[in-house]
Amino acid sequence: MLMISEKTYDKLKILAGSAKYDVSCASSGTQRSNTSGGLGNASAWGICHSYSDDGRCISLMKIMLSNNCIYDCAYCINRRSNDHPRATFMPKELADLTIGFYRRNYIEGLFLSSGVLRNPDYTMEQMISVVKELRANHRFNGYIHMKVIPGSGSELINEAGKWADRLSVNLEIPTEDNLKFLAPEKNYESILKPIHLITDKINENREDRKRFRKVEKFTPAGQSTQFVIGASDDTDRTILKLAGRLYDQRNLKRVYYSGFIQVNGYDSRLPVLTTPPLVREHRLYQADWLLRFYGFGVDDIVNNEHPDLDLSLDPKVVYALRNPWLFPVDINKADYYSLLKVPGIGPRSARLIADARIHNHLNSYHLKKIGVVMKRAQYFITCHELGYSKTIQELKPEFVRQLILTGQKSTDAVQLSLFNLPVPLATAI
Amino acid sequence: MIIFRYENSFEGLLTLVFESYRLNLFPDKIVSDNESQTMIFSDTVSIVADERKAERVWKKIIEKSSKESANMLQIVFLSEHPEASGLIYDFCRLMVEKPYNIETDFSLEPVLKLSRLFNKVAAETARVRMFTRFQETSENTYYASFSPKYNVLPLCIQHFTDRFADQEWIIYDLKRNYGFYYNLIETVRITFEELPANPENGQIPESSKSADEQHFQKLWKKYYDSISIVQRKNYRLHRQRLPKRFWKYLPEKN
Ligand code: SF4
Repeated sequence: MLMISEKTYDKLKILAGSAKYDVSCASSGTQRSNTSGGLGNASAWGICHSYSDDGRCISLMKIMLSNNCIYDCAYCINRRSNDHPRATFMPKELADLTIGFYRRNYIEGLFLSSGVLRNPDYTMEQMISVVKELRANHRFNGYIHMKVIPGSGSELINEAGKWADRLSVNLEIPTEDNLKFLAPEKNYESILKPIHLITDKINENREDRKRFRKVEKFTPAGQSTQFVIGASDDTDRTILKLAGRLYDQRNLKRVYYSGFIQVNGYDSRLPVLTTPPLVREHRLYQADWLLRFYGFGVDDIVNNEHPDLDLSLDPKVVYALRNPWLFPVDINKADYYSLLKVPGIGPRSARLIADARIHNHLNSYHLKKIGVVMKRAQYFITCHELGYSKTIQELKPEFVRQLILTGQKSTDAVQLSLFNLPVPLATAI
Repeated sequence: MIIFRYENSFEGLLTLVFESYRLNLFPDKIVSDNESQTMIFSDTVSIVADERKAERVWKKIIEKSSKESANMLQIVFLSEHPEASGLIYDFCRLMVEKPYNIETDFSLEPVLKLSRLFNKVAAETARVRMFTRFQETSENTYYASFSPKYNVLPLCIQHFTDRFADQEWIIYDLKRNYGFYYNLIETVRITFEELPANPENGQIPESSKSADEQHFQKLWKKYYDSISIVQRKNYRLHRQRLPKRFWKYLPEKN
């Protein structure tokens, strides 16, 4: 018997509306094949099933179990002191809804979070029963991302990791003082402890699986976290340093950056923002990509001298302008990583260049065909041509900066679309 | 002008490649038999599809370049793009005539164009996986239909068979009037005498829907409407990612 009723509509409206500010859409990173006769699978490429008005990918049903929260975080719409409609799903009701959507190919799976009901442990138990209902009773093999409530016990985190593909504990605010200031009931310890615990469990599980083939996977798609951007005065350097450490030392799969949306204008602890800092968010994602796919270090992008990202240019161009002695790069000779450092050349075009130049000396015509963004790349490369346009060496960085700025005005809107690409496509940045 | 005409199938096209070398005659233009009714000239050569000849060309492609290239050609063929057969033919000729494996030599026009077209077909295949919407019938079969730009349904079927292994389903291409039916054991190709759904929106008649179907469509629309963030609206990006031609089939857009 389905547990869907008229009330489900209101709950869905409230609890989807409350969860929407959470940006991580990725349903990727797992390869879970269907069990025989079961329902669903998860592929390494997360599939988007629809797009919202802002072009965000809708892949998982992102929803809260409850927005009845006992905490009072300054930046959150669901904080206790807000007069805001409240609702709570019954675990079976939410499971039925998920299955109904999944069978119709509306979604890839479930992204479950929740406000803190009673206490962290009780909330985790309720969330786990939704996930267990899906996996055990419905034999559901689709993707499940589950938030870990800060401060919940390690037993419960272990249990959650057995059923979910990915766990995330959101850091939200990157420094301890600012976190305490804005979210008085939370502390660093209650967030970092679960992150460390999950990393350790994943490593341990990997070892176990080498020895015993029958061991079940623990969060096969790993863990992620999220920062709110612009609710506190932390610099991009602070944020990216921490992100870099989480990638390197804790093996996080993704760090998400969510531009702060002013939902509690009355709270004087928060900055006055009329629009969310979308450009900054976008630049942080670009920087994050450089860290993960382009072999850049945090200090290459932000450092003592430049603690914040340049909002008007993408961080790769900025890097090239600050390090003019590395350019121009010879397209027909440079190795893959040097090609990748060129603005306008992404991983895909770098690979195509490396393949194509075996047969032919490449010129600017070939590069255009391959998909290199010549508008930007032209100042940083030389190729098999005489009298080709001038490079950064002749023009000087300041002038190149002006040229690129003038050239990119018209494409800005399109560039902003990068923030939620589901897979690392070849977008040249 | 020499024109070659082939039977409209991938096999037919590969046979054409074979024949062109056998006859030592290289066409200026190739056409398929269902597009060439109005322009049969005296020097049109008609090629009859032959499995063995096609097979030899197929093997040659794999030998001289790779299995991936061979698959790419087959997928590009499904695009039904006006340039597709010409490009495949040119690729095969270059492959035979150049001393090296041309598959990554993007400075050759046909190689680059083929890879572009391949990406387009792959993108449409991905869209079908994304935007397919099943409706539950009163007999608990899940039904979906739409009209993809290219003939990509065959490329999506394995995906749906793997994923929806415990439900019966039908996916139907309304434009090409054929589809696939999964009966819990295997997936078979089917054609209905009459279109099973309204071509305007892909919906089956209300009387054939299960009791819960409208509920779930409405719940999904409710979800979709609830997650929109006013501060972030960006319609241009929205339309770029969710092409308008799919809207009529999506409950959330209606
Ligand atoms: S814990 Fe804080 S951020 Fe989470 S729902 Fe409650 S008030 Fe919002």
